[in-house]
Amino acid sequence: MLDTYREIETPEGVELHLRAAGPVARALAFSADFALRLLMFLLLSMVLAFAGKFGGGVFLMMFFLLEWFYPVLFEVYWNGETPGKRLFDLRVLNDNGTPVTWGASLVRNLLRAVDFLPSFYAFGLVSMLINRDFKRLGDLAAGTVVVYQERAVRAAALPDVPAAAPPMGLNLEEQRALITFAERAQRLTEVRAEELSDLLVPVTGVQGRAGMRHLYQMANWLVGKR
Amino acid sequence: MNQQDFERRNEAYWQATETLIDSLAKPERAANIDTADFPQRYRQVCQHLAIARERQYASYLIERLNQLMLRGHQHLYGARAGFLSPILHFIGSAFPALIRREWRLFWLAALLFYGPALLMGWAAYERPEMTYTLMSSAQAFQVEQMYRPDAPHIGRERGADNDFYMFGVYIWNNIRIGFQTFAGGIVFGIGSIFFLLFNGLYIGVVAGHLTEVGYGRTFWPFVAGHGAFELTAIVLSGMAGLKLGFALLAPGRRTRVEALRAAAKISVKIIYGVIGMLLIAAFIEAFWSASTLVSPTVKYSVAGVLWSVVVLYFLSVGRVHAD
Repeated sequence: MLDTYREIETPEGVELHLRAAGPVARALAFSADFALRLLMFLLLSMVLAFAGKFGGGVFLMMFFLLEWFYPVLFEVYWNGETPGKRLFDLRVLNDNGTPVTWGASLVRNLLRAVDFLPSFYAFGLVSMLINRDFKRLGDLAAGTVVVYQERAVRAAALPDVPAAAPPMGLNLEEQRALITFAERAQRLTEVRAEELSDLLVPVTGVQGRAGMRHLYQMANWLVGKR
Repeated sequence: MNQQDFERRNEAYWQATETLIDSLAKPERAANIDTADFPQRYRQVCQHLAIARERQYASYLIERLNQLMLRGHQHLYGARAGFLSPILHFIGSAFPALIRREWRLFWLAALLFYGPALLMGWAAYERPEMTYTLMSSAQAFQVEQMYRPDAPHIGRERGADNDFYMFGVYIWNNIRIGFQTFAGGIVFGIGSIFFLLFNGLYIGVVAGHLTEVGYGRTFWPFVAGHGAFELTAIVLSGMAGLKLGFALLAPGRRTRVEALRAAAKISVKIIYGVIGMLLIAAFIEAFWSASTLVSPTVKYSVAGVLWSVVVLYFLSVGRVHAD
């Protein structure tokens, strides 16, 4: 398994798999949120400029809310996502995989003040890089983790070829490798796919295109097509 | 059973479960649907996932079941508390009881804040030149302007007087100071100590200097009232930060990260209280302290009441439930 995979043991004894999100995706999400906040500031200041001193008071309160509670409110009420996180398919969860709670979200977002130090999230970045789950200080203290939000997965269609039984018994790992190869080969360049399938010439007996097709057939047979 | 049979046999079940979870995610619709079999469905999906993993079915299937299980897990185990009753419980007993339980930290933070404040205040009062060790003469002049007895408004500079505007300023500025004081604690407590000392010294020098130049009769009635909530809240936010710092310095029998997490759970509760207190302080400061219509005597009396309220609140509220 990739090392960004994180396994959470559930009471059912079945492990839940999550993929921790790294600094780049999170920085992008932060930038998107930052831009959105800036936009909200501008809109607010334009609207409230007409309300005089009273508007100024409202503006400062909104400024305060946007500065500190924008991420908290979104994370708690919007499924662990802020608009920026949604854009980049991220979300915040508690360490145990449950939706982030008020306290945890508040801690992780207040501690941004320190993660940001000395500038541009340097502390946060260092913390993320030495931590297995890319946690910044706020995540460590709050017990939260930012993971990739998997969007609906569709069955990767295997290439539509008639099924053919493998010439020998394959163990589970080998079966899985074959099926995964057939799923993914369509996304590789043809040359690369053929290069990979040529590794199995001892099994297929043919090189190049024909060998690849043979592997597709076996994969189809393995997922139950007859 | 091979993978395609497995999928064919269970596809309808998974889809039904997905639909059920979709509607659970929408609270307004969740009331009308039958959720009685949800736990059973969730566990069934767990079992399917375990089977799929054990038999090493294709990754898209495992991925899909993992996702379905994750969503189910969130609904089954996610904490959902009411809104009002935890707040009332917190104000009515949990918060003061928590501060009493952590009394050592409270007094440490109070010492770090009031100690330098008193020292610096005394120094600036006795030896006026001490003022300029912390403030430039321009800053000192600015502070004097705010509290000049013949000024039309006391407190921070006010043009077209608008209490509401100042309410916004106090919220934005004071709560940020509280948050910084707390957050700095994660650097082994250093940040919290710094902000406590710094704010203590600064407040001390302002008070000492203004008293020394004879503006005490405008300054003290202004700050006495909201100070009860504001100063206490700053001490409490420092206390919350020190809690984090000590967890890192002396984690006891836990790892540092575990100790930090446990401390943060407690600290954040203190921060809830700090936010509430600073909101109250901002309200008093904007709408009461600044009023020039009220005589200093009345202001001092009200301040006495406010300080007693704060002290009594932390000393006695929630004692019955505390143990």
